[in-house]
Amino acid sequence: MRTLRTPLSEDLVRSLRLGETVYLYGPVVTGRDEMHIRALKLSGEGSPVPSGIEGSVLYHCGPIMRQNGDGSWSVVAAGPTTSARMNKLEPEMIRRFRIRAIIGKGGMSKDVAEAMREVGCVYLAATGGAAVSLADGLGACKGAEWLDLGMPEAMWRFEADRLGPLIVAMDSEGGSLYERVAESLVRDRRGLPARPLSGRRGRPGR
Amino acid sequence: MKRLLEPTEDVVVNLLRLANTKLPADIGWALEAAAGWETGEIARTQLGAIMENVKKAEHLGIPMCQDTGIPVFYVRGRFDSSIASKIAEGVRKATASIPLRPNTVDPLTRENQGSNLGDGMPVIHYIPADVDYTEITVLPKGAGSENMTRLAMLNPADGVEGVRRFVIDSVLDAGGRPCPPSIVGVGIGGTSDRCVEMAKEALLAPLDSDNPDPVLAKMEEDLFSALNSSGLGPMGLGGSTTVLGVRIRKACCHTASLPVAVNIGCWATRRASARITSDGVEYSQGAVL
Ligand code: SF4
Repeated sequence: MRTLRTPLSEDLVRSLRLGETVYLYGPVVTGRDEMHIRALKLSGEGSPVPSGIEGSVLYHCGPIMRQNGDGSWSVVAAGPTTSARMNKLEPEMIRRFRIRAIIGKGGMSKDVAEAMREVGCVYLAATGGAAVSLADGLGACKGAEWLDLGMPEAMWRFEADRLGPLIVAMDSEGGSLYERVAESLVRDRRGLPARPLSGRRGRPGR
Repeated sequence: MKRLLEPTEDVVVNLLRLANTKLPADIGWALEAAAGWETGEIARTQLGAIMENVKKAEHLGIPMCQDTGIPVFYVRGRFDSSIASKIAEGVRKATASIPLRPNTVDPLTRENQGSNLGDGMPVIHYIPADVDYTEITVLPKGAGSENMTRLAMLNPADGVEGVRRFVIDSVLDAGGRPCPPSIVGVGIGGTSDRCVEMAKEALLAPLDSDNPDPVLAKMEEDLFSALNSSGLGPMGLGGSTTVLGVRIRKACCHTASLPVAVNIGCWATRRASARITSDGVEYSQGAVL
């Protein structure tokens, strides 16, 4: 288990090993499909993009936020969304903005892995649905961009305070836990005895 | 938990709060059982993170997952046509007060009204029955798992083996996307629309209840062990807990058809019911239709 302070340097990112558990402290931004599309469109036109994207830790997350009386925002729940939806947009995103780490669930494509290897970026798997714990870890909200995209799709800024556990699921050398699992996946084993499911009432978990 | 009669809108708010903040007990037990047999370190980390999250959500009274889903309602018993607008009003109130994430958008313009309402929403299934109560059940369905839904119109000659293969492939191809360990809802038979409905309804059966049909019960056991021997594991990161349960429903079908549908429920398969009688409202989470 390692605790890391963001922004992450390329050297540090390249030292992370597949399967390692990490916790993050420091700036993290969120972004889903629409945030990717807008950031790439603006930068493609030569227009400025909001600060905090360049060299960032980018969390694939559409949080539930609550606006306080003074106009500031607090995070209520913030688990990862399915990263594969951003497969087409991510390689360019990583190359253009030198993204150092992506946090999400489910893993990403080979094209993304290739961009990660080139630039020095890792994929960190967050526990899907663990939204309350992860909201705790995101800490204080430091503002938002592009609220017109709606709450889930806007770009939110956070100052992470022990965000995790996050598993290094794709490293900066092209290694992927998802690929390892896929290679050893057993599709059709017959005749195994059912697992002994002891439970308090009957047999939970069938 | 019995309360005095409340307006239906408020019952819906209470239902959505209960479903989103408290995991049904049977799923909690299944997660504990899984943590007991799981040996992989990464898999154990995932299960531990899930269970800690469930505890925190219940304790703080906030949604366990940020994707509070699209609420799917089942209304059973006695009701009149005003119930649809009352449920809709409840959804609007719940979205603002719990709060729920505003997930509902126009499919083409992607415009979000912010209330989880809009054309055709919320989804309500009606099951009239000759009883002296109205029972409203809600199943908030997140997109991560819902997007993995599959329907196959198999050839009758594909038989049980074809059904088995389709279910296994559907779950394993989904990988880590539906937040495994998942609960697999399967519909067999009916027409295409009924088949998909049954697959989702199957998720309402608690994991510790027996399937009344012994043939389906055996299929559930078999698929459970086959899927958990796959190695996919929690979040698709490897391990021996890919599913917490498999639940199957069936209906008769055309002699030339064999429809099969898979609707995956994530570990956060949230459900809650309210039975409204003349003297009060009773809430529970052990839904079966
Ligand atoms: S699949 Fe379920 S647990 Fe995972 S993010 Fe969606 S609603 Fe939450």
